Amino acid sequence: MNITNEGLILACSAIGAGLAMIAGIGSGIGQGNAAGQAAAAVGRNPGARGSIMSTMLLGQAVAETTGLYGLVIALILLFANPLLGKL
Amino acid sequence: MNVEYALLSKALPSRNLIRADSSVELGTTGYFKYHLFGQQLYITTTHVALFIVCLTLILFAVVANRAIKKADPYKSPGMFVNILEMLVEALDSLVISNMGKKHGPKFANYIGTLACFIFLSNISGLFGLRAPTADYGVTLPLALITFIMIQYNGFKYQKLGKVKGWFEPIFFFFPINIIGDLATPVSMSLRLFGNILSGTVMLGLVYGLLPKVLTLVWPAALHAYLDLFAGAIQTFVFCMLTMVFVADAIGEEE
Repeated sequence: MNITNEGLILACSAIGAGLAMIAGIGSGIGQGNAAGQAAAAVGRNPGARGSIMSTMLLGQAVAETTGLYGLVIALILLFANPLLGKL
Repeated sequence: MNVEYALLSKALPSRNLIRADSSVELGTTGYFKYHLFGQQLYITTTHVALFIVCLTLILFAVVANRAIKKADPYKSPGMFVNILEMLVEALDSLVISNMGKKHGPKFANYIGTLACFIFLSNISGLFGLRAPTADYGVTLPLALITFIMIQYNGFKYQKLGKVKGWFEPIFFFFPINIIGDLATPVSMSLRLFGNILSGTVMLGLVYGLLPKVLTLVWPAALHAYLDLFAGAIQTFVFCMLTMVFVADAIGEEE
């Protein structure tokens, strides 16, 4: 079976895109942790619900950034592959 | 990539509905080609969507302005004016609670404009447009404006303290502090871009790759989550981060 150079690069890029999305684990754990702590905080002090909510959302959005870096890498590998130009 | 779904096609007679579409458009599409300074450029879906978003915002602003000017101060305000007042009051109180009474009112205008623009751009996927914020060329300038605001206000209010801040705790932390400053616009723009683009890609895949019968009901929930919820959250986060960073650059000086 013959594998062309382009085929090899495309196949490996697909695997790389899948591997890049492992970055989602970290941000998932971080967001879950933030949500859990926020739930505990609301349980302790229900009056501060509004400010706890906005703080939690802000923290979760910042925690999400690392996962999004992985997503951007995966999308670049899939749709705008820079490695194909290096042949 | 024409995928037949064997199980469904046996159960339902009309085959055209069942066949997957496979014409998935995830990136921007160029409509019109032109040359500028020797470069080949395109009018893309982003430009069209941006134009529509700006037109809608201008229209809304004109209508709101008229409604406010016509409002009789001796009567109770109507429905529309009431909603406008609520929005403006909520925005003002949010900005002031984050930036303080002294500097807050100066930035409320910009934050309000930013919120309107980003929110309308994010939810424009609901109206069949490709969201402009799913294009890095839109989010990077937005983040650069924030970056310039941070640096300008830092130098304006902290003067030499800003330069001293780069050499904090010891002098050879200078490159790390500079990288930290430069990482702010990159992370802010990538956050907005990545969130909206992931929503666009997911909806594109759902519309393009599922058989048509399945796309009738199921994307509504995805639209509600990915366009409306994520769009509102990202709008809030972008405005919040802008406020927090600028307030941090201004610093405490009473």
